[in-house]
Amino acid sequence: MAEFTLPTHSKVTKGDFFPAKKTAENVKTFSIYRWSPEDDNNPRMDDFEVDLDECGPMVLDALIKIKSEVDSSLTFRRSCREGICGSCSMNIDGTNTLACLKAIEDVKGDVKIYPLPHMPVVKDLVPDLTHAYAQLTSIEPWLKADTPAPEGKERKQSPEERQEIDGMWECVLCFSCTTSCPSYWWNGDRYLGPAVLLQAYRWIADSRDEYTGERLDALEDPFRLYRCHTIMNCAKTCPKGLNPGKAIGEIKKKMLERQS
Amino acid sequence: MAQPSNSMRTPLAKARGLGSAKSGVHHWWYQRLTAIAMVPLVLSAIYLIFRIAGSDYNQAISLLQNPFHAAILLLLIIIGFWHCMLGIQVVIEDYVGSEWGRILSIMVVKAILILLATLSALSLLKIVSI
Repeated sequence: MAEFTLPTHSKVTKGDFFPAKKTAENVKTFSIYRWSPEDDNNPRMDDFEVDLDECGPMVLDALIKIKSEVDSSLTFRRSCREGICGSCSMNIDGTNTLACLKAIEDVKGDVKIYPLPHMPVVKDLVPDLTHAYAQLTSIEPWLKADTPAPEGKERKQSPEERQEIDGMWECVLCFSCTTSCPSYWWNGDRYLGPAVLLQAYRWIADSRDEYTGERLDALEDPFRLYRCHTIMNCAKTCPKGLNPGKAIGEIKKKMLERQS
Repeated sequence: MAQPSNSMRTPLAKARGLGSAKSGVHHWWYQRLTAIAMVPLVLSAIYLIFRIAGSDYNQAISLLQNPFHAAILLLLIIIGFWHCMLGIQVVIEDYVGSEWGRILSIMVVKAILILLATLSALSLLKIVSI
């Protein structure tokens, strides 16, 4: 059954407070989830005051500033800092998003930062995405065709066919959507979740792929696909403005289409 | 699929699990079809109930004995309970974590609903055949 309270060792406690310099005028507090596997302490919320006059505009800028100037043990994933690599996905101000695309000024009050919801935590803001990545592998997200590609040339598709995968190839696999989905929270062991289903449809919709039927076979399952109840948290939270819910709807339509 | 916490299966083996059930599309589609079918059925049933409420005993019986009226109520019973069964199954699959708990509770709920549907249909047929 669903658990309604956190286990004793997961209850979040109040952590340390790191004030800004007395001279700072434009101060914002960042309240950050901390947990380390190296001690037996419960998770805690550390409060860091950051002088915004000496900080970049995005939440990721503040995290990097805190890590380099205040607490080097603060752990989070980041790489490209421009919304392409999908590494810095986390829960900021109650919404899953990319820290590098979230402007500090868009957050009213303290900036509360947690790891992606309902995933095992490796440390601080780093979630364990092993299972989600394995689910992505399981849908075989690559072009599958028996017809060999034309010698020395690319496989062709018309501009209209190419448009079919717009809104899907842009996904950076940050798993903000998947970890915002209640169905994934309750049944993530079997439900593939919006990110993986969006990728599944990206290959179903690709005109060059010759394994559409097999792909649909692999998805036709009460848990893998039909746990989606169009809650639409996925589309609401996607930091790239994509709509996984629509892609899942298209898969369901294709399932029906081949029945009659 | 539940895994013992000390499982050494690879992440991909866990993700693939027991494979696809190759079903689900009919359940999903009939849940929607029955929902749509219930819109006219419930509206006409409400209309019928108001007419029955304003009638005496004999008028009420003859209203129900009209084949069209009886058909509306019988279809509402069948489709209504069918929709209920499909819906509760989804709720159980969503929230009951253990496999056997899930299988057992779906079986029990289906048995109860089939019993209730049969009783309702028989009651209606009894009135109709007075």
